[in-house]
Amino acid sequence: MSERMLLLGNDAMAHGLVENGCSVVASYPGTPASEILSGVAQWQARYQLPMHVEWAVNEKVALEIAYAASQAGLRAATAMKQVGLNVASDPLMSAAYLGVKGGFLVISADDPGPHSSQTEQDSRLTAMAAKVPVLDPDSPEHARRLTGLGLELSEAFEVPVMLRPTTRVCHANQDILPGAVHPAVRRADFVKDPQRWAATPVHRYRLHLALEEKLRKIAAWEPTAPQLLNPGSGGRRAVIAAGVAAAHAREIMQDLGLWEVLPLWQVVQPYPLHTAFIEQVLAAYDELLVLEETVGVIEMQLADRGRVRGKRSGFVPEVGELLPETVARLIADFAAVPGELSVTAPAGGGRRPTLCPGCPHRASFYAIKRAAPRGIYPSDIGCYTLGLNLGGVDTVLCMGAAVSQAAGFYHAYRLSGELPDIVATVGDSTFFHAGIPPLIDAVVQDARFVLVILDNSTTAMTGNQPTPASGCGAGGVPTAAVDMEALVAACGVKFCRVGQPGDLPAFIALMKEAVAFARTDGVAVVIARQPCVVDRSYRGARPTPRAVTVSDACNGCRYCIEQFECPALVYDEQRQRVVIDTLTCSDCGVCTAVCPRLAIEEIP
Amino acid sequence: MANQQLIISGVGGQGILFVTRLLAETAIRKGLAVMTSETHGMAQRGGVVISHLKVGDFASPLVRPGCADGLLALKAENLPLHRHFLRPAGWVVVNAPRAPEWTGETLHSLDADRLALELGNPQALNLLLLGFAVARLAPAAALFCSLDELVATIEHRLAAKGVLLAESLKALRLGIERGAA
Repeated sequence: MSERMLLLGNDAMAHGLVENGCSVVASYPGTPASEILSGVAQWQARYQLPMHVEWAVNEKVALEIAYAASQAGLRAATAMKQVGLNVASDPLMSAAYLGVKGGFLVISADDPGPHSSQTEQDSRLTAMAAKVPVLDPDSPEHARRLTGLGLELSEAFEVPVMLRPTTRVCHANQDILPGAVHPAVRRADFVKDPQRWAATPVHRYRLHLALEEKLRKIAAWEPTAPQLLNPGSGGRRAVIAAGVAAAHAREIMQDLGLWEVLPLWQVVQPYPLHTAFIEQVLAAYDELLVLEETVGVIEMQLADRGRVRGKRSGFVPEVGELLPETVARLIADFAAVPGELSVTAPAGGGRRPTLCPGCPHRASFYAIKRAAPRGIYPSDIGCYTLGLNLGGVDTVLCMGAAVSQAAGFYHAYRLSGELPDIVATVGDSTFFHAGIPPLIDAVVQDARFVLVILDNSTTAMTGNQPTPASGCGAGGVPTAAVDMEALVAACGVKFCRVGQPGDLPAFIALMKEAVAFARTDGVAVVIARQPCVVDRSYRGARPTPRAVTVSDACNGCRYCIEQFECPALVYDEQRQRVVIDTLTCSDCGVCTAVCPRLAIEEIP
Repeated sequence: MANQQLIISGVGGQGILFVTRLLAETAIRKGLAVMTSETHGMAQRGGVVISHLKVGDFASPLVRPGCADGLLALKAENLPLHRHFLRPAGWVVVNAPRAPEWTGETLHSLDADRLALELGNPQALNLLLLGFAVARLAPAAALFCSLDELVATIEHRLAAKGVLLAESLKALRLGIERGAA
């Protein structure tokens, strides 16, 4: 590999892992982190590397698998998004105390904005809570280099290291000259040491003391020390920036003519912040501007708050992405120079995201509303969250919560003697991830609701990664497959039926049966099984295409648009009726069963 | 070649990321540094998609409002959403059934949806518009790359995919033809 190539930030980190002899990588998909593991699988195949690369069932399992490999002396990594880190936080906290053998990197991708997440949370705070060092890359190339540095740091101090890229690093592309690949040469060699690896509380106390000692040394480790990007600049004020905010600042300060006069420090390791750096900047400057996403992690470690302009002083926004236009305004204000002409973006506007034309979930939500029109609809994290638009989703909390919330609603209403229909929806990947324990709980506690597992045989929202039922793993390698029906039955569910939502009349009938069962007999599970329309890796049979047209019977009532919301159903203002947008129509034919006047017809 | 910053805008499913990648790879083949920023996930599902492309000496992956040299809009309805990125002397190339009412930046428009349907290849509207844009902009040096350089990237990228390569070049050439007219 000796030529510059365009690499996505996630792919650049993936290359960093194989460059540095990482042997085991496990992940669960989540935007913006999803392409890290698929990238590793791709490089593994390209370079024929002896590695174990897997899509784990969830982030906790992924972290535990990779961590065990590190305990056995191999270099290992796990990748997830910030909310996935919450799922994995239990083993992370403990792993910090026990420490590592082989370098162990926890990549947690944050989503300031947020662009595709439930929260804007800052993984660096979790790193602080866990007491593990965290590195904050500013670009795809920087992220690639920090994977290597992170593994080195991890081995030098026997501590897990977090790498915290953000959306703008993960999903930026850059021309990159990848480094040489060093296949792992180590053999797994787990050295038993129960006082460490199976430590009881009294040993944990000693391990905690040891961890604090490591952190003191890491706060003086030269390779991750903050860097002055513009040596020679002087003055009594300075900017301190981390992550992509440092990249914005570098460019903006040059454009504003501040490069020679305003020192710009880049912090690569926001926690633990280098002790000497804190002393140095507090001695050298009267005023500091701190730019970081999302929480003031660096800011809170600069003990002298009086001379820091940042989030705590109200100078830097605490919410949302630090966009370059925001950074430009902050730096101009801080340096007391005229800023750029401020051009404001128009508020709102644009079309909202919607389920794809032909998506089986649209038919499922339509059937759910028909079967339980006044029901409560807890839902979950995935494409089908967009069932919100259709009125088929009332709650979205976190992975797997649709099932536990359905049970919670049932118990809450039961106490007052009411029994509304409750129909929960969860995707197949999400069901495996966190839906099984709450389903067991619901059965045991005799809750009564319908759970519809929207089984499109893939993890669609994040780019069609396989699920445990797919029979293939990362990079398409064959794996065993889990039988979802058997699994549901083994949880104690008495009603478990599979239906095809694209056959809408039959699916509505099945939903009505399930709702009736749940009213009297307990949890009913309907598996709505039909492949994702955009899954290119799907190999099985798809429903036969059924092209449709709208006849003169259409009176423009808009029922189909409001209740079915397919992007291919377009209201023609001039003719005051609905027409089919053939550019976007997928020929699924489901809408023929939606029009109350039967005006949508299949083209024979 | 001076630095260049472009915004490519449309909705999910139109192939915005592919257009961005073709332009970025063309930059690399010319020995230029390049950064892009994309939208993934929820925003991709039929919603507005925007990609930022910066060719030359840059550190940040995002274009600041008022700084873009050009805006390539695969959906006309995105013009009011993303126009603020343009600098005053920038250009717009838009996929629209008829040229929109416009004052200010230079605007070129093409009904790429209709052409793609006529071509029997609705997925090709991105390449149609790209060909049109390069034909209109490159001769005036308003774009960092030439038609030949772009064609070479597509040939390189799709070399192993015979039918797709032929179809892509066909769409691109039709766009170029309209742009040259």
